[in-house]
Amino acid sequence: MINFNLFVLPFFLGLIYLVAKIGKTWYRWIKALPAIDKVKFIAGIRHPQLFLSALKEVFLEALIHRRMWKRNPLLGYMHMSFALGWFLLIVCGNIESRFYSGTHLNAPYYPIFLKFFIHDKLVLFFEVFSVPGFFRFLMDFLLLFVLSGLVLALIKRQKSKWFGLKRTTEFQLTDSISLACLWLIFPMRLLAESYTAGYYGSGGGFMTQPLGNLLVAITPFRSDYAAYSMWWGYSLSLGIFFITLPYSRYMHIPTEVLLIFFRHLEIQPKKWYSSFSDVEVQACSRCGVCIDVCQLNDAGINDSQAVYFIRGVRDKYVPEEISRKCLLCGRCQEVCPVGISTDSLRLIKRRELVSGQASDFSYLTTQRTGAPCQGEVVYFAGCMSHLTPAIIRAMKGIMEQAGISYVHLDENGSVCCGRPLMIAGKDRQAQGLIDFNKRLIGLTHAKLLVTSCPICYRVFREEYNLPIRIQHHSQFILELVKTGKIPLQGHFKNVAYHDPCDLGRGSGVYTAPRELLSKIADLVPVPQDANNALCCGGSLGIFEASQQQHNAMTAVTLDMLMKNQPEILATACPLCKKTLEKQSPVAVKDIAELVYESLPKPVYFAASGQSHPAKSYANELI
Amino acid sequence: MVKNFGYKILSDASIDFDRNDKRIADYLKAHEPSMNLCIGCGSCTATCSAGHFVDFNIRRIHTFIRRGETNQVKRDILKCMFCGKCQLVCPRGVNLRNVILTINRAIEQTG
Repeated sequence: MINFNLFVLPFFLGLIYLVAKIGKTWYRWIKALPAIDKVKFIAGIRHPQLFLSALKEVFLEALIHRRMWKRNPLLGYMHMSFALGWFLLIVCGNIESRFYSGTHLNAPYYPIFLKFFIHDKLVLFFEVFSVPGFFRFLMDFLLLFVLSGLVLALIKRQKSKWFGLKRTTEFQLTDSISLACLWLIFPMRLLAESYTAGYYGSGGGFMTQPLGNLLVAITPFRSDYAAYSMWWGYSLSLGIFFITLPYSRYMHIPTEVLLIFFRHLEIQPKKWYSSFSDVEVQACSRCGVCIDVCQLNDAGINDSQAVYFIRGVRDKYVPEEISRKCLLCGRCQEVCPVGISTDSLRLIKRRELVSGQASDFSYLTTQRTGAPCQGEVVYFAGCMSHLTPAIIRAMKGIMEQAGISYVHLDENGSVCCGRPLMIAGKDRQAQGLIDFNKRLIGLTHAKLLVTSCPICYRVFREEYNLPIRIQHHSQFILELVKTGKIPLQGHFKNVAYHDPCDLGRGSGVYTAPRELLSKIADLVPVPQDANNALCCGGSLGIFEASQQQHNAMTAVTLDMLMKNQPEILATACPLCKKTLEKQSPVAVKDIAELVYESLPKPVYFAASGQSHPAKSYANELI
Repeated sequence: MVKNFGYKILSDASIDFDRNDKRIADYLKAHEPSMNLCIGCGSCTATCSAGHFVDFNIRRIHTFIRRGETNQVKRDILKCMFCGKCQLVCPRGVNLRNVILTINRAIEQTG
């Protein structure tokens, strides 16, 4: 018997097209990698350990969907049933087909339409307990597994809340076509296999055989044509899905595999749009998990969430303001099931937008700013701290108490660290500021740079390449406390800690501020903290938001922070402090301030007979 | 021989609103309308990081833009460090970082 029928063509041609298209795209991406990454890639895939660990990750993420499970079990199950179920159907179907063909060289369509090609094989009762019988059971079971996911997917269209999604992505035309075909594939397979089993009595599994008998019983015209048309439908839905796949959201399926390999082989995102960015963009499944976590929803902005931005990049059309409409808080990046670096993609687009703009910082000279003196620690308060002088005062007090010889680098006005410019995409322009600050820091001959501002902290670590240690003041003070340089006396009740974006998600500093606070305060739990913390709403990342929109976001964050009725809101960022205290019902204090207040008071405060010098001066005046 | 009497004829300082280039002003008005809320209090200029070191004055830049004196704007705007303090102190909630960015774009587009 020749194992061929015309109806395999839509599937077969679709598959050839898909494989060719993906092969071409992958080749183009890998070829476009910078030389160093190409070396990494080639060396990496030859390295068995690296290759296996990447493969393991592919299995866990692309098939099991581990991150989806963590987010919501129902969502995880739905994705797993589609991915793992389909994958196993292909693998087991292939193994099953070997029994019937007796050869290792099957046509690619043979296992897919196996039940058609073997419909004339008689099945005896005792075969149920044999190997082919086991496979019939297994294949039915796997099909049921996939279909259960399909049912969930249909429910999700109506009740996305059950899946932990308040909002889902809007579709484009190709997505809808692909989706319709994808949803048709498995019911069509079920119909075709069942009808074939019922009509020819060729032996289906526990699901297809009874269903087939039923179908045959209720069909008015029992004929080969009915079976043929179902197989045609199955083949067509597969074929159309394969052909539309590269142009729809389902391109993420093959691309995610490549992205996982890239990541395991340490190929990093670049500052410009590279083939890595292309892979990331195509790996976005547009699942919409990033929509709900985006705080711009609170400000009534719902067109610039990561998924829409990435879709724009993919379609080669991003409206300018969409690139600028983002807090860069990194929350979407934390929850992305594919792990796409959404912030860095957004920055790449911003860089493209401002590439023609200039800056001129030639006015920055040490004559103007004053040359710094030398010391072991250099303290950089940061621009924002100049708006919250209490933080600077506290830091100076703490360092004086600890007996540290420090240099206050920006005592007389601060030169910006450069990150605000970089957030706007002006990396090239920021270099002027970075170079100048580096020179100033070098002049101090300090061994440690302490900053009060997480924005500065991040850019010092990421862009400055300083030969000295860099600490945020929460880490610095914690070290002072641990080495016994400052005694802590005071104690605060009910303090809630707010994680600044650039310190937490941006730089991974979560424990130091908490450890320090727990020494001087009773911390109350915050519903959303650590890497799930909310942005204060004052982020410098967004350009296209009015003051009212900023305030709306701050209000939501404050509601969340105030859930367990704290008496003090503690934070570790001058910008967060400045933003929160405008609307907060309780005091907002920086960690440094709290530590400073809990230090033992200087002598002239404690001694009863002596009054504060300022007070006595005031008395004189009166 | 011209004798130096110690004084000279000043160049014409009058501003011709009809002839001056208002394209930056129009662009700014269209793309960042919050600038219209400005009451000219000068808080932005008082807190400015760049203004601390050099002659850089956002309020004056705003005036130049409204008058259409673009040469001064083009020269001055390069000095901004973009730190955003101005935006935080603005009592009217003007979205100042975007104002600067919008001016940059306007200059880029108007040449």
